[in-house]
Amino acid sequence: MALTNEYIKQRLTEKFGEQVQQFQEPYGMLTFEAPKELNLKVLQFLYDEADLGFQFLTDLQAVHYPDNKGRELAVVYHLHSLTNNVRIRFKVFTDISTPDVFSATSLFSAANWMERETYDFYGVNFIGHPNLKRILNVEEMDYFPMRKEFPLEEQTRIDKDDDMFGR
Amino acid sequence: MENNVKTDIDTASNGNTAFPGQVHNLPGGGLIISSFNDIVNWARANSLWPLTFATSCCGIEMMSAASSKYDFSRFGFEVARATPRQADVIIIAGTIVNKMAPVLKRLYDQMADPKYVIAMGACAISGGPFFYNTYSVVKGADHIIPVDVYIPGCPPRPEALLHALITLQQKIKAGLTREQIRAETKQS
Ligand code: SF4
Repeated sequence: MALTNEYIKQRLTEKFGEQVQQFQEPYGMLTFEAPKELNLKVLQFLYDEADLGFQFLTDLQAVHYPDNKGRELAVVYHLHSLTNNVRIRFKVFTDISTPDVFSATSLFSAANWMERETYDFYGVNFIGHPNLKRILNVEEMDYFPMRKEFPLEEQTRIDKDDDMFGR
Repeated sequence: MENNVKTDIDTASNGNTAFPGQVHNLPGGGLIISSFNDIVNWARANSLWPLTFATSCCGIEMMSAASSKYDFSRFGFEVARATPRQADVIIIAGTIVNKMAPVLKRLYDQMADPKYVIAMGACAISGGPFFYNTYSVVKGADHIIPVDVYIPGCPPRPEALLHALITLQQKIKAGLTREQIRAETKQS
């Protein structure tokens, strides 16, 4: 039987109860969140269970929601079950003043560089990462450029008239 | 009709074959009158070895200019080198980011004199499409190393690169190199 979103949801709720929540299926892709303390337990569970088999970390990144007080930063894991060819998305949220999230490097070697990139651009502090330093930007950089306090466009520009760009 | 034909166009072959000086054919041989600097520059200009240095999309056009359709070896650039120690000209084909800047500087420093720099594309000239709202892009490679020829475009067509290479040849043949100028100004 093919692995369905309902089945994954059922297995997760059996195991973690109310702690996994916010199940959604945008464009058919199962998306859910858990408390950040649980991230490794959830990933390990999805990895170990033979009928789930989410053993491939496709991508890992962060999102900054400045208006989401107390949960400003989301860390998003994209997982792929190669045996079932099913993808899911798993999020944990963290306060931006203590952006500490457990590192997934012990489970996925691929997480090493992805977590460095996430640290580089969003300042998520991955606890237990073997070498958490900037990967793409210069080492001297003292800010995290993808956070939303940096506007997308320079505010002093007047040549970019909204009318011309259909905004 | 004949009069409309402009014969002194600086075509590449014209530029490449013209010898800087006078050749007197005498019975049993010949005599060449020229200045030594001119001959050296003439020789240099016709065998410029480019460094293969491409940091982004403009590099694709540079590869195209090197391959069979455009073929910049027709003008003396065929020996692309992967090491700066054997290269004469560095074509900065692409965006230079802050992290790449020290690398570019080091490559330039490792090249043997005389050395020349071509800035290819809007990125290498000024930061180009990344001039505004950037946290990482250097706004012009000439903040890092001196540039001899600039090619506008995003990306410039291979013809533009060929034109820039020929322009560089003319610049070299036209007179003193940067090092020679520097040496002269030191003396005086
Ligand atoms: S000038 Fe345009 S084509 Fe060239 S590297 Fe920059 S963005 Fe790419």
